[in-house]
Amino acid sequence: MTVRGRVAARLGDNVDTDVIYPGRFLSITDREKTAEHLFELAHPEILGRIQPGDFLVAGKNFGCGSSREQATAAVKYAGVGAIIAVSFARIFYRNSLNLGLPLLVSKDASARVHPGDELEIDVTAGVIYDQTTGESFAAAPLDPRAVELLQAGGLVPYLRKKYAA
Amino acid sequence: MRMTLAEKILARASGRESVAPDEVVVASIDLAMSHENADLVRKSFQEIGVPRVWDPERIVIIFDHRVPAESEKTAATHKAIREFVRAQEIRHFYDVGRGGICHQVLAENGHVWPGMVVVGTDSHTTTHGAFAAFATGIGATEMAGVWTEGKLWFKVPSTIRIEVAGELGPWISAKDLVLHIIGKLGADGADYRAVEFDGPVVRGMTVASRMVLANLAMEMGAKVAFTPADETLASYLAQRTGRAFAPGDLHFSPDPDARYERILVIDAGHEVREPQIACPHAVDQVKPLSEVGEVLVDQAVVGSCTNGRLEDLEIAARVVAGHRVHPRTRLLVIPASQQIYREAMRLGYLDTLIEAGAMINPPGCGPCVGVHQGILAAGEVCISSTNRNFIGRMGSKESGVYLASPAVVAASAVAGRIVHPQTVWQEVKS
Ligand code: SF4
Repeated sequence: MTVRGRVAARLGDNVDTDVIYPGRFLSITDREKTAEHLFELAHPEILGRIQPGDFLVAGKNFGCGSSREQATAAVKYAGVGAIIAVSFARIFYRNSLNLGLPLLVSKDASARVHPGDELEIDVTAGVIYDQTTGESFAAAPLDPRAVELLQAGGLVPYLRKKYAA
Repeated sequence: MRMTLAEKILARASGRESVAPDEVVVASIDLAMSHENADLVRKSFQEIGVPRVWDPERIVIIFDHRVPAESEKTAATHKAIREFVRAQEIRHFYDVGRGGICHQVLAENGHVWPGMVVVGTDSHTTTHGAFAAFATGIGATEMAGVWTEGKLWFKVPSTIRIEVAGELGPWISAKDLVLHIIGKLGADGADYRAVEFDGPVVRGMTVASRMVLANLAMEMGAKVAFTPADETLASYLAQRTGRAFAPGDLHFSPDPDARYERILVIDAGHEVREPQIACPHAVDQVKPLSEVGEVLVDQAVVGSCTNGRLEDLEIAARVVAGHRVHPRTRLLVIPASQQIYREAMRLGYLDTLIEAGAMINPPGCGPCVGVHQGILAAGEVCISSTNRNFIGRMGSKESGVYLASPAVVAASAVAGRIVHPQTVWQEVKS
């Protein structure tokens, strides 16, 4: 599973779910509409920069805080193709697999890729190739369960196939 | 077998003899809790297309984040959930005025029992580790999977054991202790890990105080957190369920020779000498009160699933008794549940608080989630007994939230600035 795109923004450590998706918009339950409020309070400039398929890069513990799935949905429906970080908070990580948004854990890539770089990412093999600089980075391997979910496009299609198809 | 409590519970729930950290297991779920985000769960569940939930008896739904409905949008969400609850015959449903904050409602109604696997669509589901349950937060789509299958995959976490020795000094509470620990370990200090809190100080705590530890363990990234299944817990549960468990039952305790990733020993009397304050905008920005400096306070909040229980209202009432809330400050008090509300009323705590100038808000999350009932304007400062102080959590992104114990919050409301409860206490005596 390979995705290509550009790094739209680079964020620091401990980017929390209130920063990603403020609590005041939690009454919005249409997943697509959540994208309008991505980073709205803390980094309002990022949303306009995201082109479909772009990547976000972050430090450690991205997505810490609340279990709100809107934080993942907002990232995904804003058009982000994958997030690369040093580490992710666990609920955010699972929410992303469940919504079919690839996450890559790579300390080196997180430190060395820059906004504007063009990347090619092999999600299942865990390889991040920076076409702009020619550097290549390894990401932590995904467990088979995660690969299955991403390949299905998330938990809903996965379970629909298993139970209701 | 050398297993920690997290390992034991996951082994039992996945039908294995034993499990070890980093193994992936599929565990059966004993209890699945949701609040207003049950509406998101419902949508994903209907997209999956299975007609009936796996077990309506094991699902609990509690309205707390936006009660009573603050907008037409929320009213519609509440309505959709009520209809779903009826159609699926979900019996354990706590509507507006019947419950309170989800974590308190589960606890006080005896829904959680040691050894259970509990999932909730709320990150602070770790709170139920105070009942020696493996309890963790999940997202809405994942919950739709639980409603469908009644099981979930988990990576077995490694465990950090935190033993608290010594004694908590006057005015030092579970909140100060756990804020200190979070400051020490950092916001990701227990990421993906289980935490076992134990030691004489923890064993000496009420169940309400233990819930504070397990609740805030989330703020250092913990997947689950436990306090001991001892006599104190057994008698709490016996009062609410009429059932008891044997406090020595090894199903509910780690093996004496369990393997830990790390064991941290804290001498509370030595390390936590002062009230601890988490400064804006991160829960791990913790300082002892004397290092916080002069901070004027616009709003003070006593409430939430962290510190809105009876003992919290009691200490807040004791601190403000005989005082008035400072003219520049407003004090909001939110009992965590209807039961606590009534008890606090019966015992006179609410009257004392109201006399001092506090406003009592209805049981629920209130301003903790930043939707209604106490939103902050730009430039305002709040001291709060809640558990998060992220940018914009309680309103404007230019407001600041300091987290502290209920005693410090109440004292600061009286002083109009962040102070040690002792200051206010001395004034009343002199
Ligand atoms: S009181 Fe606050 S932290 Fe607790 S469940 Fe409600 S919003 Fe979440």
